[in-house]
Amino acid sequence: MSAITRDEVAHLARLSRLALADEELDHFAAQLDVIIGAVARVAEVAADDIPPSSHALPLTNVYRPDEVRPGLTPEQALAGAPAVEDERFRVPRILGEEA
Amino acid sequence: MSLTHKTAAELGALIASGEVSAVEVAQAHLDRIAAVEPQVNAFLHVDAETTLEQARTVDARRAAGERLGPLAGVPIAHKDVFTTADMPTTAGSKILEGWRPPYDATVTRRLREAGLVILGKTNLDEFAMGSSTENSAYGPTRNPWDLSRIPGGSSGGSSAAVAAYEAPLSTGTDTGGSIRQPAAVTGIVGMKPTYGGSSRYGLIAFASSLDTPGPFARNVMDAALLQEAFSGHDPLDSTSIDAPVPSVVEAARQGDVAGLRIGVVKEFGGEGYQPGVLARFHETVELLESLGAKVVEVSCPSFTVALPAYYLIAPSECSSNLARFDAMRYGLRVGDDGTRSAEEVMALTRAAGFGPEVKRRIILGTYALSSGYYDAYYGQAQKVRTLIARDFEAAFGQVDVLVSPTTPTTAFPIGERADDPMAMYLADLCTIPANMAGNAAISVPCGLADEDGLPVGLQIMAPVLGDDRCYRVAAAVENALESRWGGALLSKAPAL
Repeated sequence: MSAITRDEVAHLARLSRLALADEELDHFAAQLDVIIGAVARVAEVAADDIPPSSHALPLTNVYRPDEVRPGLTPEQALAGAPAVEDERFRVPRILGEEA
Repeated sequence: MSLTHKTAAELGALIASGEVSAVEVAQAHLDRIAAVEPQVNAFLHVDAETTLEQARTVDARRAAGERLGPLAGVPIAHKDVFTTADMPTTAGSKILEGWRPPYDATVTRRLREAGLVILGKTNLDEFAMGSSTENSAYGPTRNPWDLSRIPGGSSGGSSAAVAAYEAPLSTGTDTGGSIRQPAAVTGIVGMKPTYGGSSRYGLIAFASSLDTPGPFARNVMDAALLQEAFSGHDPLDSTSIDAPVPSVVEAARQGDVAGLRIGVVKEFGGEGYQPGVLARFHETVELLESLGAKVVEVSCPSFTVALPAYYLIAPSECSSNLARFDAMRYGLRVGDDGTRSAEEVMALTRAAGFGPEVKRRIILGTYALSSGYYDAYYGQAQKVRTLIARDFEAAFGQVDVLVSPTTPTTAFPIGERADDPMAMYLADLCTIPANMAGNAAISVPCGLADEDGLPVGLQIMAPVLGDDRCYRVAAAVENALESRWGGALLSKAPAL
């Protein structure tokens, strides 16, 4: 049995906002099946009573004083934008046609 | 000896004393880059005028009577994953082609403050995902030892630039081995500092709990000088350690292992390891013993599942981090013809702008984080991470450092593993545990494999904030081997 199906990969690609071509889906589905089969080895480790680590070091939240500091100018912030209008990012429509 | 073949420390001393100018040193390296880049392709961006301007500033500071630091005027190649306000920053990806960041990374800023002269930006696997630099959208970098082979990855442009004498120093980032593995396969020194010891601010994120900036150099002392120049607490990085940086330069100067307890990791060796790699490794362990170290075998059983756990954790973090590339505020935008929605433009842009390995990892990470699979994959991998940290802790109760080969094989041919992700992932087999636990680890050249005459690296792993131990042992190995070889390993590389 395969670890992951082509349909599942297509679903994950949609969730990841990746418009993949059919050939890419075929290719990735086969490769991801091998990769997931290999990484599933983590399940062999008996770790029921082991706490998970999200991080290498013990961390506590870090705060700084809430002071006004100089930031980017609008020109700097918009310098890399694909499209700009009236000192703002211009983006494609975000609502459906009917809205 | 030409300026390009001197060490960074020598160049810094020559510039500080006024025997040569920073401009002369920069020009010599620009000439070398022009001569060998057609073969090596280590750089994505070189701008002679910006480079010379930085060098002129250093010369002017010296002329004004300023006392210069040990690396002032020394040229450096900078991995193209750190933001630079005066140069494009692409992360090796089409999605950021031509992007000019509005700010400098902390590492970039500290290089400038130390007077280092940035020659340009080096090639890498896209978003630092890979072990060969073949995943760059801008073509592969070639290994100066054999131009048909990979220079390692992801920091392969940085390793090749130093090994090809295009720069005495370079920066890298190490998430699963991306500094140590390229250093090993190009015959140079590469160090992954303790996680949190060097700032991630302005480093384009791949896996935030693992990413660590570090130095490349042709010798241990130069690597220590560079690490000391850009390390230390950074309030702009919330995971930056607010503690004194271990004195790595002093440790590199000591280079003494008498009485030191060294553990050989039992799990790293045997099947899947190239015989020439193992031969050089075992010889080097014997050498350390002859220098007065006490060598014992140490078992770290969870290291055998470090690789699968890493390939769940790193893609999970990457799938989240790379969501920022949404075609809205910066970078590429594809298919915005006035009829498509933002979501459609996003999906078309990401499909066009990311390469295959980045797409695979985003999908894999999205899968591992999905409800229903989370506990079995991501959650279980995080438990393995705890076990790896415990193995290190137990090991460092018995020994001062752990050693292993840096990589299971020498540099492989370009193309050999390009479409076999699992084979590619095995290149990081020995380097991943130190990332998972945040430890310091270094790779230092330990000879050439008999089968192919290519460089082999020794990995030395130390506890968190034990960076100085890595340098101390690496310097001892370097001193002993170089007196045996009659010079640096790199002097055996064919001339380009």
